[in-house]
Amino acid sequence: MESITPILEFKKTCVSYTKQTMAVKYVSAAIEKNTITAIMGPSGCGKSTLLRAVNLMHNLYSNIRVEGEILLNSENILSMEPMDVRRKVGMVFQRPTPFPTMSIYDNVLAGFALNGIKLSKAEKDATVERCLKSVALWDEVKDVLNKKGTFLSGGQQQRLCIARALAMKPDVLLMDEPTSALDPIATKHIEELLLELQKEVTILIVTHNMGQAMRISSKSMFMYLGELVEYGDTATMFSNPIDERTMAYLTGKMG
Amino acid sequence: MIKKRLAKDKIIFWSICILAILTAVPLLAILGEVFFRGYDQLTWSFFTEPTPTAYKAMKAIEAGEPIPGGIANGIIGTILMLGMAAVVAIPMGILCGAFLAENSKNRFAQTVSYLTDLLQGTPSVIIGIITYVWVVVPMKGYSAIAGSVALCIMMMPLIIRSTEETLKILPASLKEAGLALGGNRARVMMKVQLPAAFGGIFTGVLLAISRVIGETAPLMFTALGCSLIRWSIDKPMSAVPLLIWEFFNDPNLQDLIWGASLFLLLFVLVLNITAKYIAKKWNQ
Repeated sequence: MESITPILEFKKTCVSYTKQTMAVKYVSAAIEKNTITAIMGPSGCGKSTLLRAVNLMHNLYSNIRVEGEILLNSENILSMEPMDVRRKVGMVFQRPTPFPTMSIYDNVLAGFALNGIKLSKAEKDATVERCLKSVALWDEVKDVLNKKGTFLSGGQQQRLCIARALAMKPDVLLMDEPTSALDPIATKHIEELLLELQKEVTILIVTHNMGQAMRISSKSMFMYLGELVEYGDTATMFSNPIDERTMAYLTGKMG
Repeated sequence: MIKKRLAKDKIIFWSICILAILTAVPLLAILGEVFFRGYDQLTWSFFTEPTPTAYKAMKAIEAGEPIPGGIANGIIGTILMLGMAAVVAIPMGILCGAFLAENSKNRFAQTVSYLTDLLQGTPSVIIGIITYVWVVVPMKGYSAIAGSVALCIMMMPLIIRSTEETLKILPASLKEAGLALGGNRARVMMKVQLPAAFGGIFTGVLLAISRVIGETAPLMFTALGCSLIRWSIDKPMSAVPLLIWEFFNDPNLQDLIWGASLFLLLFVLVLNITAKYIAKKWNQ
């Protein structure tokens, strides 16, 4: 057994919206570097809630409490400054969220502007080109960089949002059903892109689509009613699930 | 059966059309009345010369000539006082609105929000008398500053409200996306939320300006009025609505009422059309 220090580790992580009920219950799991991990489960099982705990999105809402530990490079992010955490952990949302008043160019650089980091023109140009190339959007938009990001199609917008997150060179990229608002072709593009991107960044993706989890992830989590029911190699889980609830979900009897 | 439904549909459609026309009638009637009575007064000198004295006006009337002079003192006063009021009210109103939108569950913010509503409903004459006590009395005299304070107080709630409401209807994902990139709340507000809300805020600001540009009562207590073209803001100053009131009270100057009214009306109209245009440009 080789022991690699995981890049991200949940240790008895709990999230609660009210005092009585927990949305995420004692989740423990270690995520390896440069992998894609899919989080699956029926609606309301706490997938997104768990994901949003990683970049401290829950801090925005005073009623939500996160307990336990979440380690990023062995440091507990729950005691870190949210802004520092969010610079290391990027996020892509369900619906594309390009900033409507910014051009495509400025959208890619929004992370720097929002962090008050000044770049020279050459650095800006290089960053924009690098990030748009890494999401395979460069050829499509290189002549319209000054147009608003909202002019792009849904799939292009979502790739722009991925580029924007990558510009900050995060360690981990969180994706909350990033293709559920997209058509099958745009979805395919994003999936191919993610497989490519895992060389640079560790990806944690919430998905409703089992086919998607099978196509892109190496590890999968199955959550049910806030519990992490099963976590392991995607191939093993799909062919030979240990827990009967996982089996029921994968075969469509539940979900 | 289907005939009955179609007939019903027709009746409702036409009643809506008639009601819509009825709403437009008073507006068009006002515009028409003011335009036809006032348009021939809008000469170059109307905009460049101050109000004539009653004596000069009387002389002109006796000689059968048009009244000399114009409303330049009022236009300059209106623009100066409105400008000073806007410079304070716009940034303060936007910041306050942003605070209220961001902290809608906070007890203090809820109280402020409620007080803003009350302020918005406060009669302008009361704002005038309050400003008189707060500014005119300590400064020992009427002044443009006092006038602009009164206008500022009246503009604030409108700007606060429109900022708050526009920010609240932005999708939450926009703010979250900004914060997820590591921005602090102030930067996300300045660079993402406020620009996205610009259209609504801008409309609110223009609405506030068009609302107070015609205010007469608060200025009577504060700026008082002045028949000279004046630039010093610590002295009494005139404004277009004040002039309309003065013209109404002076039989010799009554011919100027309609020109001044038309000017005010056109100013508000142009302001509104510009606002619509800019907001549209920004949002596309």
